[in-house]
Amino acid sequence: MTTLLEPFAYAFFQKGLVVAGLSGALLGLIGVFIVLRGMSYMGHGLSHSIFGGFAAMQLFAAKFYALGAGLWGILSALAITAVSKRSRVGADAAIGVITLASFALGVALFAKFGTSGPSFENALFGSILGITTGQIIGLIAVSIVTLLFVFLRYRALLFSSFDPDVADVSGVNVGRIEAALMVVLSLAILATLTVIGVTLVAAMLVIPAVIARMLTNSFSRMLAYSTGIGFFCGVAGMYASYFADVPSGTMIVLVGASIFVLVLSLTGPAGLRRSAGLDSH
Amino acid sequence: MAQSTHNEKVKPITGTGVGPELIRLDGVSAGYDHHMVLEDVSFHIHEDQFTGIVGPSGAGKTSLLRLLLKTLKPAIGTVWQAPDLRVAYVPQLETVNWNFPITVFECVLMSRKSTRLRPRATAAEKKSVSEVLDRLGIGNLAHRHIRELSGGQQQRMFLARALLRQPQLLLLDEPTSGVDISTRHDIMHLLADLHEDGMAIVLTTHDLNGIATHLPHLVCVNGGMVGEGTPLEVMTSEVLERTYGAKMDVLEHLGVRLVVDQGPGNSEVKS
Repeated sequence: MTTLLEPFAYAFFQKGLVVAGLSGALLGLIGVFIVLRGMSYMGHGLSHSIFGGFAAMQLFAAKFYALGAGLWGILSALAITAVSKRSRVGADAAIGVITLASFALGVALFAKFGTSGPSFENALFGSILGITTGQIIGLIAVSIVTLLFVFLRYRALLFSSFDPDVADVSGVNVGRIEAALMVVLSLAILATLTVIGVTLVAAMLVIPAVIARMLTNSFSRMLAYSTGIGFFCGVAGMYASYFADVPSGTMIVLVGASIFVLVLSLTGPAGLRRSAGLDSH
Repeated sequence: MAQSTHNEKVKPITGTGVGPELIRLDGVSAGYDHHMVLEDVSFHIHEDQFTGIVGPSGAGKTSLLRLLLKTLKPAIGTVWQAPDLRVAYVPQLETVNWNFPITVFECVLMSRKSTRLRPRATAAEKKSVSEVLDRLGIGNLAHRHIRELSGGQQQRMFLARALLRQPQLLLLDEPTSGVDISTRHDIMHLLADLHEDGMAIVLTTHDLNGIATHLPHLVCVNGGMVGEGTPLEVMTSEVLERTYGAKMDVLEHLGVRLVVDQGPGNSEVKS
């Protein structure tokens, strides 16, 4: 019993637990819109893109890395949206080119110059160590912004996700909502990057939302379930990573994957039917 | 509004189209990616109008609706809308993501007016949703998932969502596509009742004999306007051949025009 409670005695673990739970909840909440809009690959691409900005800022202005990486991510998201809308290049191809080029740049910068900040591996897979108070404040701020965004623009987000054409003629500025969602997504990825890791953030955008979809047919309940599942994955994954002595992001994602398998076995074909085609429109 | 029984005939729909103008298209050409889908289209929608837009697949029917909705901008010409016109749109059922996690109630409620200062639905708005669902005979399905509804019920749900906005003009894209005959009759009865209540209606349809011939006003399109007028005026072999690019015979039965495709088996039918 003492062994099980041992990690709670450490301040770094307590901080890690808060950040992991909040990160999971944040990604779970915003992941609902990403999954329902068929933008999972966008989440995957953006996290890689932000890594490029993250590395570049480590090199040139480490103090402002969050600001730089955030701007980098937002610009990438807006570039992808613009390229895929105004040309014959599909969104998936635009994501592949823009975000992975950015990721490659990040890897090259890390390899050539190294950094004095978080290590390459930590940035890729997440780490409980080195979580600063500034990062916690940043994560709380992004969570509040996201919550307000979802609460205040609930109808516009729902309408434009379900039926953009009709939303457009019903007083919803679909283009503006999409751009705002991209900005919030970039901020969420950036705020959760250090604890979950670049390569695993996309999984936490998708897994809680898909599990929630298997459990309910209602949009409002899906939002609540996905946020709760994301929170649980964050906390349980962080706790498990302490004992397994592996990067926190890996265990958070593995907990999510285990819940997915469990829910799949409980809901059976009905759950599969609900989650089928989530990414096909 | 009472739900019609399945064995009723399609209700006669009248509409003179002489009320105040709601929308006017003047010499409009429009398309996508520099490819014009519609060229030189001019027509008006009046307050008392019930119009069917007919034409083959890819003729520009949906694009014409999008022009009326102002979601497609004309490359040439102008689209004028009456100030503060309330327009509602019912999409094609085939284009809907039926796997989206949403109940009938949530779907209809999303059409409510909302502001940033008042993002949550009020009790009055929720009551309005219940009322409009009851009016369309699907109040008992409010908490079902949208995929659990039949084709006719799904169409009613989207009509309910449109009606919540209390539109002056209702636009429908293929409202009877993929539904059986009795459901088609139900939907047309509903639309006739709404039109009687004073709503202007424009719909697109592929169904010449089941829908178009019963409407008071038709617009035939195929990359542009081929004809416009009553069924008696435009449902002629000549206009239909120019619209569809295929030979068609037109018969008259009890004062209603009926179109027969001149396929191999019908080559002996005379107009």
